[in-house]
Amino acid sequence: MRAVAALNEGTDSPYALSHLDALESEAVHIFREVAGEFERPVILFSGGKDSIVMLHLALKAFAPAAIPFSLLHVDTGHNFPEVLEYRDRAVAQHSLRLHVASVQEYIDAGKLRERPDGTRNPLQTVPLTEAIQQHRFDAVFGGGRRDEEKARAKERVFSLRDEFSQWDPRRQRPELWQLYNGRHAPGEHVRVFPLSNWTELDVWQYIEREKIELPEIYFAHEREVFARNGMWLTAGEWGGPKESESVETRLIRYRTVGDMSCTGAVDSDATTLDAVIAEIAASRLTERGATRADDKMSEAAMEDRKREGYF
Amino acid sequence: MSTTTDQLAGISATTLLRFATAGSVDDGKSTLVGRLLHDSKSVLTDQLEAVEHASRSRGQETPDLALLTDGLRAEREQGITIDVAYRYFATARRRFILADTPGHVQYTRNMVTGASTAELAVVLVDARNGVVEQTRRHAAVAALLRVPHVVLAVNKMDLVDYAEPVFAAIAEEFTAYAASLGVPEITAIPISALAGDNVVEPSANMDWYGGPTVLEHLETVPVSHDLTGCHARLPVQYVIRPQTAEHPDYRGYAGQIAAGTFRVGEQVTVLPAGRTSKIAGIDLLGESVDIAWTPQSVTLLLEDDIDISRGDLIVPSGDTPATTQDVEATVCHVADQPLTVGQRVLLKHTTRTVKAIVKEIPSRLTLDDLSQHPNPGQLVANDIGLVKVRTAEPLALDSYADSRRTGSFLLIDPADGTTLAAGMAGDSFATDAATVHVADDEGWDF
Repeated sequence: MRAVAALNEGTDSPYALSHLDALESEAVHIFREVAGEFERPVILFSGGKDSIVMLHLALKAFAPAAIPFSLLHVDTGHNFPEVLEYRDRAVAQHSLRLHVASVQEYIDAGKLRERPDGTRNPLQTVPLTEAIQQHRFDAVFGGGRRDEEKARAKERVFSLRDEFSQWDPRRQRPELWQLYNGRHAPGEHVRVFPLSNWTELDVWQYIEREKIELPEIYFAHEREVFARNGMWLTAGEWGGPKESESVETRLIRYRTVGDMSCTGAVDSDATTLDAVIAEIAASRLTERGATRADDKMSEAAMEDRKREGYF
Repeated sequence: MSTTTDQLAGISATTLLRFATAGSVDDGKSTLVGRLLHDSKSVLTDQLEAVEHASRSRGQETPDLALLTDGLRAEREQGITIDVAYRYFATARRRFILADTPGHVQYTRNMVTGASTAELAVVLVDARNGVVEQTRRHAAVAALLRVPHVVLAVNKMDLVDYAEPVFAAIAEEFTAYAASLGVPEITAIPISALAGDNVVEPSANMDWYGGPTVLEHLETVPVSHDLTGCHARLPVQYVIRPQTAEHPDYRGYAGQIAAGTFRVGEQVTVLPAGRTSKIAGIDLLGESVDIAWTPQSVTLLLEDDIDISRGDLIVPSGDTPATTQDVEATVCHVADQPLTVGQRVLLKHTTRTVKAIVKEIPSRLTLDDLSQHPNPGQLVANDIGLVKVRTAEPLALDSYADSRRTGSFLLIDPADGTTLAAGMAGDSFATDAATVHVADDEGWDF
């Protein structure tokens, strides 16, 4: 019934789109622009909700044809098993091609060194940028949203990166109308963020509307966790807990999915999408503030990592 | 956990308003933005804590709300905003995307960037200074970009004793100026962003004002217009051809409807070639529909198997724009390197990018007094001027006055890909449109 004219509040036009329809249409436009203008695009896919929504939008954008992109997963080696399982299932279901850039392989080969705090999130940058160079990807879709963080609020939908994948906020192209400029020199690439204008709540409401399946860790479940830096981290082979930290079983869920060493869980009894949406709408903490240790390292942590080539 | 209606803001809101703010450096724009975010409960505890922490480490006793929005190292170091940032907030009635644009004179291009997608612009004025050059510049950019709604926020009313005559005089002067540029709707609101008067809550200090607060106006301004009178346009982005056993003959033309509506059964023409066919079906992201409209992303299926590719424009056969290789437009120059007569550029219009050459720069516009300086030879960063561009291939270009989406284009440096200029085809200001109308047939190629 969505195509049928519906009167929305604040407008007298029967042609007004709901905010979810407007955001969906814009994101699809972005996917199709990239398909039309680039040679070798790839979707960064972590198995988290934002990349799952990106995949869903891409499927809709090119239906009934297949998605003309492959997927790239930067595997930290500290993944939640449920998420890897989801990733492989999605790849098989839609006959996609998956590239994996492995942080563990870089560590094993001596090209990266484990950090004292055990966090592998910052270590993703090198395998990511080398994978981009190796496969000669010229457009790399990321699920980043401008509402996540104030450095991201400055990020363009089409964000030009140099051959080292670096972001220079002072040298960004103005983004005018819906005219995205994807011109780049050989070796450079463009990071593309189709969910730029979405908020966390939009993502969840869209997941509910479209009945998109998610890894179970997004819903409340009992899990062995321990406290570190004010967050609940999952106990596991990646290096937690230390001797001074004690494990307990709690009813928790995840708001974001990333490396186990730095992604915190929140106490929650939300087992359904409705309950999750109500919980997020009422939360007084941002998604990253509640669950990401690495963003707390310094005031400009995200900006600094983005400059180096992080997504 | 107890929740209030405020905290659940946005969960039920269904419409989206994109708006931009403009103001000079000390007009209190950051305070206004901070207050909108703060008073609409869009600033969360951890963000506020981060601001408090950063403010303390700078030796400030009270939290500096500007730190909420200044996200880059250089901005915090210099205490200025160097680039457009996009902010998101919601009330129970509507969701908002705010293009927060810096106010420095040298960043006119940033206001152009923010205004290009905005349906509303808030122009801030300091009540003590009234309408100044910068105010006229902001009004002119809003008029040039054809932002449908303009709000004049007369700020710092607390510093002029909340005096009605001060507000009335500024509102009258601004309204007369903006209306002469063709701004279709102007709403003037007296505020104090610092004290919170008329931003989110109605002011107890200005009984004489009977209009809406800034937020109330943002929540209720109409976001869509009647599309029945618009020229329907679909720039083809991508041709979808599954070539699978299930869909052996599917050939769909994917794109976002740039203007108007399309219906199944409608006779259409494909430009620039001029071939015609009939719409056999419309796919709205996997759903078959009879009618679709802007800004929906759709896939059109046509009855005839004609040659169509990315960059073509599908329009109703009875409503075709002229095609031309000679583009006359107003451009805002957005790059650091200049735009000169004789320069070879790329022109990106909708989904079509063509080679072009700058034939003439007839004039440069001074936004302060709208005077024209003839034949400047070149345009530099933040200049606005008229240009004549010759393209290598014909373009189906609407007047920007008719369609912000199909009347706009970019000029791009072919050497390094830099976006040089933002272009708007046709007459600059709405007032000119009534008097100047070019009706020659030379641009037609068929």
